[in-house]
Amino acid sequence: MFRYYIDLALRSLGRNKVLTALMVLAIALGIGASMTTLTVLHVLSGDPLPGRSGTLYYPQIDPRDSQGYLPGKTPPMDQVTWTDGMNLLRAKRADRQALMTGGDVAVQPGESTLDPFYEDARFTTAGFFPMFGVPFAYGHAWGGAEDEAHARVAVISSTLNDKLFGGKDSTGQTLRLSGTDFRIVGVIGDWNPNPHFYDLDRASYNEDEGVYVPLSTSQDVGMNHDGNVECWGNGGNGINPIHDSPCTWLQFWVQLDSPAKATAYRQFLVNYSEQQKALGRFQRPPNVQLRNVMQWLDYNQVVPDDVRLQNGLAFGFLLVCLVNTVGLMLAKFLRRAGELGVRRALGASKRALFAQLLVEAGVVGMVGGVGGLLLAFAGLWLVRQQPASYAALAHLDPAMLLATFLLALGASLLAGLLPAWRACQIAPALQLKSQ
Amino acid sequence: MELRPILSTLRRHKVTSWLLVLEIALTCAIVCNAVFMIGQRLHRMNLPSGVAEHQLLQIQLGGIGPKSDADAQTETDLAALRQIPGVRQATMTNQLPFSFGSDSNGTLMLDPHQQQGTAQVAQYMGGVGLLATLGTRLIAGRDFEPGEYVDFDAAVQALHDDNTRGLPQDLIITRGLAERLWPGESALGKTVYFGKALPFRVIGVVANLARPKNHWDGVEYSTLWPIRMTSAEGASYILRTAPQDRQAVLKAAVAKLKQLDPNRVVLVKRTYDEARHEYFANDRAMAGILVGVIAALLIVTALGIVGLASFWVGQRRRTIGVRRALGATRGDILRYFLTENFLLAGFGIALGMVLAYGMNLFLMVHYELPRLPGIYFPVGAAVLWIIGQCAVLGPALRAANVPPVVATRSV
Repeated sequence: MFRYYIDLALRSLGRNKVLTALMVLAIALGIGASMTTLTVLHVLSGDPLPGRSGTLYYPQIDPRDSQGYLPGKTPPMDQVTWTDGMNLLRAKRADRQALMTGGDVAVQPGESTLDPFYEDARFTTAGFFPMFGVPFAYGHAWGGAEDEAHARVAVISSTLNDKLFGGKDSTGQTLRLSGTDFRIVGVIGDWNPNPHFYDLDRASYNEDEGVYVPLSTSQDVGMNHDGNVECWGNGGNGINPIHDSPCTWLQFWVQLDSPAKATAYRQFLVNYSEQQKALGRFQRPPNVQLRNVMQWLDYNQVVPDDVRLQNGLAFGFLLVCLVNTVGLMLAKFLRRAGELGVRRALGASKRALFAQLLVEAGVVGMVGGVGGLLLAFAGLWLVRQQPASYAALAHLDPAMLLATFLLALGASLLAGLLPAWRACQIAPALQLKSQ
Repeated sequence: MELRPILSTLRRHKVTSWLLVLEIALTCAIVCNAVFMIGQRLHRMNLPSGVAEHQLLQIQLGGIGPKSDADAQTETDLAALRQIPGVRQATMTNQLPFSFGSDSNGTLMLDPHQQQGTAQVAQYMGGVGLLATLGTRLIAGRDFEPGEYVDFDAAVQALHDDNTRGLPQDLIITRGLAERLWPGESALGKTVYFGKALPFRVIGVVANLARPKNHWDGVEYSTLWPIRMTSAEGASYILRTAPQDRQAVLKAAVAKLKQLDPNRVVLVKRTYDEARHEYFANDRAMAGILVGVIAALLIVTALGIVGLASFWVGQRRRTIGVRRALGATRGDILRYFLTENFLLAGFGIALGMVLAYGMNLFLMVHYELPRLPGIYFPVGAAVLWIIGQCAVLGPALRAANVPPVVATRSV
């Protein structure tokens, strides 16, 4: 029966080409626009470390003086000071912890003919690599001992390894960074978490850090900090804050493997804040937050407003297209009143007629869906031409491909419901008489 | 034209009529808000910066390794840059209006004891001749004297040590900030406080100098400080030249800097126009997308009107024939369909205005958009009416061409 309906639907679509074309076009445009923006939204609001993000937490404390404090309203600081970062790191109260900040280093290739160039860097402690599950193509991460010893070691990204060493195993080689020689101990494999959750002050998406060196070493050799510096009191806001200045500029992450540990850690942060207040360093009552990766991304509203606005617009557009399709489908079905009357008179039930018309609506939807998919591909190509940092990430994955067809089918069936129901209400006798 | 027969016909096509009204209403609501958002973006993109935009060049260098003699190096660089033919002025600055990169802001207070800051202001720092190089116009007071400048690292150290003598004593503010702080009064000689109640005296007011970013805090809330910076501290060289000399001067300047020390990396070399263009690239893209959405919506709506009107004309061929046979002219038939569309569009527009207002309220809450100005309503209505009339014209003309003889044929 279903095949017969499909056959009928295809015939009927061919009979009224203009109306059919208008319906297919409307659905294709609506689906194309909404799938383009939905894909962008889907990519941008994704989990950067699936399976791991739930156990990674970002502790926040408030080390500021009392000026400007509104009890209960002032959120804690987004980053930590050098003193607090070091205190929390050395307390070792979490399963793993890492203190880090962004920077930029001058890479001076030795033998090669390349000119010196600047590379984004991460100055971090050893916990970074096991905590974030960073895969290694060659070599390995440095350990806590190297952090303590201020060792001149570096880990580089595979992109930088390709550029400098043609992709060969470069561990053990010497690399000159900002005027100092470093020994490469590891090359990171395929690792590019999006959003760049661990430091949102740099670009939120498509951030490519090429060099990782121990935080302690980066300070010794005077590598340039790059990122947000927030000071209070008489803190100066240079790009390289002095370690005892009242400025936050480092990110501190912890891994807590169970909710009980998270609760305990939060209490530890409160105790720490009270202790620091007693020492006279902090002036505000304890103000702490402990968010996991997704909560942290949500709190920072990482997805750009423009992207959410575009998504809303596209769905508004889809709605207009659907209303348009309902109207056209209604016109088309009612025009066939005669034919439907004959089928009713020959014994077809209302239910059968309804099914037939819905199949026809579904066929329109599928054709529109294919058109919409092509338009979504074109739309995503256009998105990738945009100047935004996330643009390069806009690609359709299998889940969104399936979603496109389901949305197209669902939308067209929804659009077909009212017209099909109206068409089934036709009294067969009346139609036959007028013939 | 008698409206009653049209309305009674529409009542018999309630569902299709309502669908058309709904479609026009949704289109109207979205288009009004989208046009408004485009206006907002254009307004943002055209904000005045207060600097001589077409005459400025920016070069940012990265040093390699620790630099002990950055101050001397900077003076040498600047002296060499000023020698380049075509360069009118050259200095260093930590930031430029409407540009990416880290920006410097401070909390300003009017009373040393106040708990909450009065305003969050941008802090422009730069060497001798910053005002002249930027082309920022002084409208009251004076520029800094050469003896008033201090080095950035010394200023940071003084701040850290709470030693006010190592800091500059004076600053220059924008007219916008002056009016915000002391409405209707002269700002000259007034004192403002930063950090832990450190006083600074206002010695000059400039016409305008936009902030690098943070526009929601007040685009024009900027301060200028006599603090010399170097490349090592992230500052850029800025050069002022005639608009037509920009490319040549930029090339010569980069070559000169490379020649003075080949071991440096040029991080940024561009004209100010390029910097500004890049800064607003996202707004330009968003405005483009909005134009696309508006065009697509209007086209889909127009096609919907054409489709439904054609269907109605087809359905009413017999009625039209009868009317023609009874003496109605072609013009009468044409007018009938045009009026019908005018009525439907009118209902749609009325409903659309309500929706547009509601949508604007939603956007005001979630996207910090201002209120939709009233002018959008009549303009939006006119546009939709015109589009509706154009869309229905084709089918209506076909209806007018139905010959009276149709009435005598049985289908």
